[in-house]
Amino acid sequence: MSVPATVVTPPLVNELDIVIPTIRNLDFLEQWRPFFQPYHLIIVQDGDPSKTIRVPEGFDYELYNRNDINRILGPKSSCISFKDSACRCFGFLVSKKKYIFTIDDDCFVAKDPSGQEINALAQHIHNLLTPATPLFFNTLYDPYREGADFVRGYPFSLREGVTTAISHGLWLNIPDYDAPTQLVKPRERNTRYVDAVLTIPKETLFPMCGMNLGFHRELIGPAMYFGLMGDGQPIGRYDDMWAGWCAKVICDHLGLGVKTGLPYIWHSKASNPFVNLKKEYKGIYWQEDIIPFFQNVTLPKECTTPQTCYIELSKLVKEKLGPIDPYFEKLGDAMVTWIDAWNELNPSTDDATTVKAEPSIPK
Amino acid sequence: MSLVTIDRNEVDIVIGAFRSDLTSFLEEWRPIFSRFHLIIVQDPDLKEELKIPEGFDFDVYSKSDIDKLVSSSNASMFSGYACRYFGYLVSKRKYIISIDDDCSPAKDNNGAIVDIVTQHITNLKTPATPLFFNTLYDPYRKGSDFVRGYPFSLRSGVPCVLSCGLWLNLADYDAPTQALKPELRNSRYVDAVLTVPKNSLMPMSGINIAFERETMGPAILPALKLAKEGKVRWETMEDIWCGLVVKVVCDHLQLGVKTGIPYVWRNERGSAIDSLKKEWQGVKLMEELIPFFQSLKLSQEAVTVEACMAEMAVAVKKGMGRSHPELANAADSMIGWVKIWKEVKSRDLV
Repeated sequence: MSVPATVVTPPLVNELDIVIPTIRNLDFLEQWRPFFQPYHLIIVQDGDPSKTIRVPEGFDYELYNRNDINRILGPKSSCISFKDSACRCFGFLVSKKKYIFTIDDDCFVAKDPSGQEINALAQHIHNLLTPATPLFFNTLYDPYREGADFVRGYPFSLREGVTTAISHGLWLNIPDYDAPTQLVKPRERNTRYVDAVLTIPKETLFPMCGMNLGFHRELIGPAMYFGLMGDGQPIGRYDDMWAGWCAKVICDHLGLGVKTGLPYIWHSKASNPFVNLKKEYKGIYWQEDIIPFFQNVTLPKECTTPQTCYIELSKLVKEKLGPIDPYFEKLGDAMVTWIDAWNELNPSTDDATTVKAEPSIPK
Repeated sequence: MSLVTIDRNEVDIVIGAFRSDLTSFLEEWRPIFSRFHLIIVQDPDLKEELKIPEGFDFDVYSKSDIDKLVSSSNASMFSGYACRYFGYLVSKRKYIISIDDDCSPAKDNNGAIVDIVTQHITNLKTPATPLFFNTLYDPYRKGSDFVRGYPFSLRSGVPCVLSCGLWLNLADYDAPTQALKPELRNSRYVDAVLTVPKNSLMPMSGINIAFERETMGPAILPALKLAKEGKVRWETMEDIWCGLVVKVVCDHLQLGVKTGIPYVWRNERGSAIDSLKKEWQGVKLMEELIPFFQSLKLSQEAVTVEACMAEMAVAVKKGMGRSHPELANAADSMIGWVKIWKEVKSRDLV
């Protein structure tokens, strides 16, 4: 057997955490083993904390259940959703790495049209480590991809691009439709492999799905709060949407880029559309007001960090969306609590206080 | 493929001819074009008579036709790549499809020939969605839809008036890029069409486009002429300028622009390095044009394409037109074009 002359290290192996929310089991990791095993996992166990989640052998991980979340955050744990995959953002909070990749436990390895298995993590890493181009649209999509470039007419001064903060992947098989669409088209499957990565232009909002997502934790982490959803809340299945709208506004303000497209994963489980409809119901009406809010938000020049941007956003949420429903007052407060928790667990280097999160790892 | 029916009476295919023998070009496109009416506009500098094979329904326009219809001062507008715009002017149909004469039909990922007419018309007949980005691209395509989180009130979209296709093999790169990477060929067929979001500008390539003529005709014009304008795409920016103008108008009037499929196969022609040797005015110009167009705001009173064009021409003349004579000329051309357009249309009605 041939041995490489130098050790081949997976990219960003010490700089990236994989965050997985789960309530069931982690059997899906077996299929991802060749791609994920070198990396550290942060597992956020939702639901009943007394249940033991079995992690396949050979993975390096830390696991947090609800008891851990309550213990680590104390009263601030109120901002972390219960009985909703929104709890995943707790994993973002406690990570100490520069990058995050998050994936749902019903997402498997997809194949590209040539039949080759797709290393979704490697593609996300490539997306994050190459620039984005939000200021002018390139008709040949990502100009940094092999075999592509900027087209005629693309200003040279804009060809350096900006730092990519978010990499949004897509899904083959079960597409990420809302409940009404699922009810009307229960058999529709996404079979179209679109071989492109592209930057979402500045000032354009998009629906960010949390199933297959990578981001630069240092640059945008504080904006990746997945809101108050699930148990005790009037709304569900808008966690990632909320984070995406907040994060995009902040990315636009801070001059960061958001990419969407490759990689694809294979989404295997269609959730119950009737259950989804109940969860989404209020969101469907509220988003009609939420979208214009985000489209018209301007953040002051003085906000130069994601934390300050986010705090400012929380004030505007309470002011402008509060009148729609008291939920938004609560959400605005939770956004502040989140930033407090973020700052506590991620102090800047000149801050003396250090808080270390202690996970419970089953022996 | 799609549920959209293509009525041949709605479509004109406009070709600008730079070489007299169009036999091989049209033979290649015969399976796709033979059903439709062709408007072939001869580059005024081309002296030989055009050779066109049997079996096509076409009209040819040459320099003499151009001189007859428009005043001699305006006739210069239609030289080089801009000759095709004369075809847009004289067309009486709803949709125009226009490609360069160095393009052949492409094959998709399944090996099937790409029918650019069906795809362009489908793009134009289905709504565009510029107000919010759909991560599964065109939601009106078979097998696709709006994703979770897409506001319902925005799902009826807006009319699509411009469809920008793409190119396999020789992509529309500028001369510096192609000269630096002489082997670079586009072999990636991206099976998507998507709407270019509102307030996002893009470089429109005239190599493979289609548009709704009745609405957008006044805005699709040959305005920007570079000092060393040439007969290869590396030596022109007229389509890029046109695209910036069109996008600003569309954003203002809530109309949509799509980009993506269909693909054409673009054949080798010209030399990037030779084009590079000419002083590349266009590159420098783009640096200033983009911020200018990005900051352009049209008034609420501008509710038609013509009104938008008038306001933009004034803004160009007052702004960059003062330091760049070619832009001042472009502004004049915009005003001139709207006038000619109106004139020709009123003659048609008589």
